[in-house]
Order: sequence, then C-alpha cells, then structure tokens
Amino acid sequence: MNFSEVFKQSNQLCKVSPDGKYLATCVQYRLVVRDVSTLQIMHLYTCLDQISHMEWSSDSLFILCAMYKRGLVQVWSLEQPDWHCKIDEGSIGLVSSRWSPDGRHILNTTEFHLRITVWSLCTKAVSYIKYPKACQKGIDFSRDGSYMALAERRDCKDFVSIFVCDDWHLLRHFETETQDLAGLEWSPNGCVLAVWDSCLEYKVLLYSLDGRLLSTYSAYEWSLGVKSVSWSPSSQFLAIGSYDEKVRIINHITWKKIAQFEHPATVESTKTVYKEVERRPAVGTDEMSLHNITTGSTLFNTQSKYEICSLPVQIPVVKPDPDRANPKIGVSVLAFSSDNHYLATKNDNMASAVWVWNMQKMSLEAVLEQTSAVRCFQWDPRHPRLALCTGNTKLYLWSPGGCVAVQVPTEGNFLGPKLNYIVLRYRKGAELQ
Amino acid sequence: MGEWWTTEASMENCEISSISHVTMSPSRQNNFVSSYLFPLAKSSYSVISAFCTEDNVLQCISYINQELASLGLCSTYIEATSPEGTGLNAVPALNAIYELLQIHRRTMSTVEALEKEQLKKSSTMELMQTSNTRLKDQLELSIREKSGLHEMERQLQLKIKTLQSCLKTEKDEVQKLQSIIASRASQYSHDAKRKEREAAKLKERLSQLLVDRKDKKLAIDVLNCLGRSDGKRGHWKTAKATASHEGEMYKSLLSDYEASQKSLMLENAELKKVLQQMKKEMIHILSPCSSSGRGATADDSQEQHHDSDGEEKMGDTSRETLDQSCEHAREQLTNSIRQQWRKLRNHVEKLDSQVSQVQNQLESNKEMIPLETHEDEMERMRCEVQQCKEFIHAQQQLLQQQLNTSFDDETAALLNDCYTLEEKERLKEEWKLFEEQKRNFERERKNFTEAAIRLGREKKAFEEDRASWLKNQFLNMTPFTDRRRCSSSDGHSALSVRSEPEIRMSSVKAQLAKSSTYTTFSTPRSSQSGAVPSTPELYRTLRLIPESSSSRHSNRGLWQECSTIEDGDNQVKAKHRGRCSDLSIFSMGEDENSLS
Repeated sequence: MNFSEVFKQSNQLCKVSPDGKYLATCVQYRLVVRDVSTLQIMHLYTCLDQISHMEWSSDSLFILCAMYKRGLVQVWSLEQPDWHCKIDEGSIGLVSSRWSPDGRHILNTTEFHLRITVWSLCTKAVSYIKYPKACQKGIDFSRDGSYMALAERRDCKDFVSIFVCDDWHLLRHFETETQDLAGLEWSPNGCVLAVWDSCLEYKVLLYSLDGRLLSTYSAYEWSLGVKSVSWSPSSQFLAIGSYDEKVRIINHITWKKIAQFEHPATVESTKTVYKEVERRPAVGTDEMSLHNITTGSTLFNTQSKYEICSLPVQIPVVKPDPDRANPKIGVSVLAFSSDNHYLATKNDNMASAVWVWNMQKMSLEAVLEQTSAVRCFQWDPRHPRLALCTGNTKLYLWSPGGCVAVQVPTEGNFLGPKLNYIVLRYRKGAELQ
Repeated sequence: MGEWWTTEASMENCEISSISHVTMSPSRQNNFVSSYLFPLAKSSYSVISAFCTEDNVLQCISYINQELASLGLCSTYIEATSPEGTGLNAVPALNAIYELLQIHRRTMSTVEALEKEQLKKSSTMELMQTSNTRLKDQLELSIREKSGLHEMERQLQLKIKTLQSCLKTEKDEVQKLQSIIASRASQYSHDAKRKEREAAKLKERLSQLLVDRKDKKLAIDVLNCLGRSDGKRGHWKTAKATASHEGEMYKSLLSDYEASQKSLMLENAELKKVLQQMKKEMIHILSPCSSSGRGATADDSQEQHHDSDGEEKMGDTSRETLDQSCEHAREQLTNSIRQQWRKLRNHVEKLDSQVSQVQNQLESNKEMIPLETHEDEMERMRCEVQQCKEFIHAQQQLLQQQLNTSFDDETAALLNDCYTLEEKERLKEEWKLFEEQKRNFERERKNFTEAAIRLGREKKAFEEDRASWLKNQFLNMTPFTDRRRCSSSDGHSALSVRSEPEIRMSSVKAQLAKSSTYTTFSTPRSSQSGAVPSTPELYRTLRLIPESSSSRHSNRGLWQECSTIEDGDNQVKAKHRGRCSDLSIFSMGEDENSLS
C-alpha cells in the first residue's frame, strides 16, 4: 500500500468522483480537484463562503458545494471551468442539499423541513415538495436512479411519496402503518421499499413499488426496536439490527426471519477471533537522530498487530445508562460485502469489536477486537475486504485470509489509488480524533 | 390323670414363683426346696410323733390307700399282711412307692422346665421394659419436634399472609402505575399531536409569509442551461406522460416478478429433477431385486413382477405429467413417490424376512453341507502337512551339509581374502575421489584470496575517492552554511529532494510491503551501517552469487512498480534510488554525512 503526502482539507470534505478519476477536497472556501492517478491539481474553484457540504454528481462532471449558513449552493463543472451556477435559497434557510441521480437537478431541504426545493439545471425550473419528514433517513433514491421515495408527515400521519426522478412526477402516495416513521430504503433492485418505525416500536414494513404492503415484520414488542437496516446487494436479504443486540435476516420470498445473529459477550463458536495488541517500538540510541525528531511521526506512535485468540473470548462490554435517551446498546451499523458473502456488524455496547458473519453458512466468521472503539468500517467495493479505523493513525484490514494493521506514515492523510474509495472514508475517520 | 398333675404342678409352680420372686435367685430356691424336703423325710422316722406308729398301721394304710385313690392310683392297694398291721404286703406297697416316685420325678422335671421358661420370660420382659423406656423417650422427642414444626408453620403462614397482603398492594400499585402510564401516554400522544399540528400550522404560515414577501433572493443563476444527462429534451407533464410512467413502473415490477419467478422455476425444476432421479433409482433398486428374488417363491416373484410393471407405468405417467400443469404434476409426483416409498419399504421388510429365513435354513443345513467338503479339506491339508514336513527335512539336511563344509579351514581363508580384496578396491576409489575434491578446494581458496586482495585494493581506492570528495565537499560548504541549513529543514517537503534516511525508510517500506507480515511502516532502520562488508556482499562483489537472487533487487523492482503513480519528483527519486542501492553495500559514508 502506498500513501500520498498530506492534503489539506476542512470539514472532512474529501471525496473521490464516482468514476474514480478525480479527487475533490475543500479547504475553507476553496474547492480543489485533483487527478487521482497523478495527484496534480486540475482545477481550483473559489466559493463565496466556507463550504459546509460537497458532493459529486453521478456522472462525475459537476460538483455541488453547499454553504448552509448563507443558504447558498454553488455548482462547478469539470468540463467547462468557467461555467458556474449559484442557487440562493433566500431567507428560508438551507439544511441539506443533494444531487438527484441524473446529475441535473439539485434537491435542497429548507430549514424546519418546510419543503424540498428541486432546482433543474436544464430548465432553471423550480418545484417544491411540501411536508418532508425530518427523520433518520427520509429520502432515498432507487439504485438505477429512476425513483425517489420520500417520507412525509401530514395530519400526524406518515406517508410515503414515490416520485419519478425523470420529471418529478408523483407516482404513488400512500399512508404507512407506522407510529413515527424513522427511515426508508429501496432494495437494490428497486422493487421493494423497506420502511421502519422509530426505535419505540419494532416494526419493519415492506412496500412494493406500486404502494402495496407486501409484508410486516415485528420481532418483539414493548422494548426499543429497530436501530439499523441494510439490504444485501443482491436484494435477497434484509438485515435488521435492533436494540436487543441482535441482527435478524429476512428473506425476500416469504419476508420471514431466516437467521438471527447474536452478539454475546463471550464468543464461543467462530472461526477466529483477532485481537489487536499494541506495543511501543524499541528505540535504539542511533535512532535519536535529528531527522526522526523533526519528522516526529514514527517515534511517538505505537505499533499494532493482531493476535489470534483461543476460544472462548470475553469481549469488553460497556453497560449503557438506562436513564439516558438513545442508549449506547444494540446493533447500529450493518454492512454487506459487495459479493454478498459477508456481513459486518457493530454492537454499540461492545464498541471495540467488529463482527463478520458468513452469509452462506449463516454463522460467525470472525471477530475483530480492537484496543479502542471502532469509528467506522467499510467494505472494498470489489473484493471481500473490510477496512476499519478506530480514530488513531492506523488502518485495519480484514479479509477471509487474515487481518492486518497498517500504520499511516504521516499524521492524517493518505491515499492509495486502488483503495481510494475505502481509504478516503478512513481518512475521515482517522481525523476525527 | 395328667390333668390332675398339671393343676397340682401349676399350683406348686405358683407358689414357687412367688417364692422366687422374693428370693430372686433360682439356684437358692432349689436348695431351699431340697432342704425343705429332706428333713421332712428324716423326721418321719426319727420322731416318735410320726405319721405311722406300730399302733396305727392299719389306719395309716387305709389313709394312704385313700390318698392313693385320691391321687388316682387305685390299682395299687396296700394291704397289711397281718390284721395287726405289723407287716406290709410288699408288692403293692413298693408299687405304690414306685408310682409315687415316678410322679414326683415327673413333677420335678416339669418344675424345672417351668423355671427355665420363667427365666426366659423375665429376661424378655426386661428387654421389653428397656425398649419401652426408649420408645417413650422417642415419643417425647417427636412430640416436642412436632410442636416446634407447628410453631414454624404458624409463623410461615403468618409470613405468607403478610406477603400476600404485600402482593396485593404491589399489584394495586402496578395497576395504578399502568393506568398512570396509559393516561400519560395518551396525554403525551395527544400533546404531541397538538404540537405537531401547531408546528404544521406554523410551517404553513411561514411558507405563506415567504411566498407573500416575494423573496427576491430565492433564485438560480446559471451561466447557460445544461442538456439532460440522457441527451433527451424535457417533456411536458401530460396525461400521456403519467400513463407512460405507470406503464414503466408496472413493467419494472413485472420484470422483477418474472425474474423471481424464473429463479423459483429453476429451483423447482431442480427439486423435481432430484425427485425424479430418486424415483428412478428406487425403480432401479426394486426391479433387479424382484428378478433375483423370483427364484425364492413363485407367488412373491409374480407379485413383484406385477409391482415393477406398475412402477414403470407410474414413472412414465409422472414424467408426462411433469409437463402438465404444475399443481397436477406435483400431486401426481408426490403420490407416486409416496407409493413407491411404500413399496420400497414393503420390499425391504420382505427382504428382511427372507434373510432371516435363509439364515434359519443355513443353520439347519450347517451340519449337512460341509461334510463332504470337510473331508476333502482334511485330505488336502494332510497332503500339505506332509509336503511341509518333507521340505523341512530337506532344508535340515542341506544345512547340515553346509555346516560340515564350512568347518573346512582352507575354504574359509579363501573367502576372507576375497572380501579384503574387494574392500581394498573400494577404498582406493574413495581415496581418488577425495584427492580430486582436495584439489578443487585448493583452487577455490586460491581464487578467494586473489579476490580478497582485489577487493582490498578497490576498497582503498574508494577510500581515497571518498576522502577527496569529502575534502571537496568541505571546501565547497564553508562559505554556504545558510544554504545547507535550509536544505536540511526543507528536506521533508513533498517536491524537494529527499534526504538519505527517508529514502531508506521508503525502501524498508517496500520491503515490508513485500513480506506482507508487516505491522507498521515505522520500523527501526535496518542494520547495515557496519564498516566491514558482510559475506553476502563480498560474494556479490565477487559475482559468486548472481545479482538476481539478492532481495534488494526485487525490492527495487517492486518499489518502481508501486511508485509509478507518484507525481513530479519521480525522476529525483529514481536517481536517489539508484544511489541508495549502490550505497547499500557501503552505507557508512552517507550515514555519517547525515549525522554530522
């Protein structure tokens, strides 16, 4: 793995274009676009204020820079550097801005979720969508970019609107059987919409594209419910992580539970448990040279390596405070590998452990126990390889073959051309410290 | 008569028992009895005022007769020989005496037996008394325990009562709390709804206000409008468009359903195939069995033949029905499978019974069949034994002969000589080989010394070179101290020339990447700062080891490969790399520089 030198950035705004050719970083009010292969600056754009959000369009031709404080959005073109576009939301305010999947429309959510404004870059036309619901994930585009599902709240009832992204035509509008809708997500094939209720009630509803209720799933009652939901890339499974520290896998034919993954404090049956072990490097006197002190990076960092533990293994558990809202317990992150074979999960009261499940055998494949809490993890978009970071200067990689800890050479930034997507996400995590 | 005695005896016994009770000692009682009896007998003679005197013999006789009669001894009647009664008719008198003695003896024996019994009884009574006292104690204890338990029970019941009351109050409380919770929840939801409505109203008002104010700022400013991403023009919103959207939606839904149906069909077909195969195999298993089992019993074979025909027919029909409608086919298939399974089970059962029958038959035939073969076998074995014996005999003879010959001294010596000669020959060959190796070694050593000398010379030249270079450097450096400091501090910026340790670090990096067991990139420097070249290096300079086998070379290759994406300073790096690999042999000089 190779690392580039450190690039400056602010607000952790650093994104690789969807086609993987360019890298955009924001430094205060400047937007820098680099070529990924040479890392040379291609374009440099100056915005009107400090950039608070940046996003590539799906065709990698445009970059959206949002300045929420000013209620401004600026769009830049890579092909025509002198082309510019400025959208002013005015006094109504702006809390979120995003591209539509075709890369020709911009969806701005106003303050208080009063409405969503759809700006067309083709016709300058503007349309409004009223009553969007402020929730965990209130808007989702289908993977092929043809439909948008939007959660709405009217008269104290939850509704879902399905729009055709082509011309923002309202295709379906239906009421959902939820108390307080928390999120919705399209299946990757775009035919099923999963809708889940807020954590007060365990309820997952599955709607067809035409608004028919296909199935309702509820594992239990009278306790905090769904915490995270994720579709497998094949649309075959729906994984639901909940506050009872379990993941339930639902199949796409009967919409019933086919497997349940628990996260016990004592791991007894798995293939391997990797435990990160830290130790300070032995410093010889001949190393106290001027260079090492001035560069300073290597001297004060600890090395890490993984050890394979013999079963059973006790995983440290933090007991959550029951009186606080949103207790730190339950499965909060779920991610399927791109080839559907593995599922990685994180249980919030065992923050230092990542669990990898084998979806073919429906069993626990590996447990990675880190020395500190895991900040985020991400699968390689091509291979079954998981990268994670814990907010230090190390990057950890897991693959079915084994586990490795890599020290990032300088504080913070690095970039590997092949792993760019993952690594960038990691860079963010690493700088959260 | 017996009864008489027994009553008497019992009376006497009573008396004696009463006495024994007083005296408490049976032996003393016996003595007492005897001492009581004997003086009585004596006194009858010695004392004048005895029972019988010469005067009243007759009266005595009559009295005794009466007494005897009363005792039931009527047969013996004592008579006086003379009317005066001086003499007694001896025979009856003796008889009477004898009878009396007999009676006496009998009574004595019964008395003894009774005494023994009495003793036994008294001991058992004692035992009973002790057990009785013990039982009494136990009883008392258990009564006490019982009372204790009663007390405890009472207490427990009290506790239960209190707990029940507690439970009741708790239940009440729970109910109360539940009702409170329910009321709160309803209130909360009501409030939430009210608040939400208010918020909605506010939002509405806010948006209305914003619209009324005609927000001038709300605008889009685009240099020139873009084309659509798909290259088409925009459409008007028409009924046709909505219809087409609906159509498209249904199309996509339909295609999804079709795909899922196809996958399900495939799965179904596979399962059907498995079923079919299973059935075929069943038929296959069943049919040869029936043909083989035909020989057993005529009825059976006929039945089975019929069965297999039926099965074949079934198989055909089910194969046909596979192409028919799904439900029908499934029903038929499952039915036929079920039937066949039943048949298979029956068949297996039948086979089991047949096997058991055959076994029985075998058991019955066991003695019959082997008799002839047994005979044959025995004959054959005997022959074999005979052969073996002959063989052993021959061997023994041969051995004997050999022993006899080996005792011959001359032949032994000859043999020995042969062996030594052979060995000498071998040794000579080995010696030759050894000589050759020695020569080779000598040659190599010579080469080596020559090379060492050459190396020494080269090293010296290098040292001189270095000294001159250092001198030059020193001379060049003195006036430009500022520049030097600058270069040392700016050495870490991306586009500048890297200093030596950094390069070494990166080379270590590459090495680590290759080895794939690395944990970090900040490993300490590799120890190559020794002044004396190590043997592998020596070998390399002597070209004893081909260059390709050195690990440094492969590292370099990898590094080059990896670093192709690196920008600008590629060339500079490449230059450094070249230098680095050169220096890796004698890394001391550069190192010193960097430290100074």
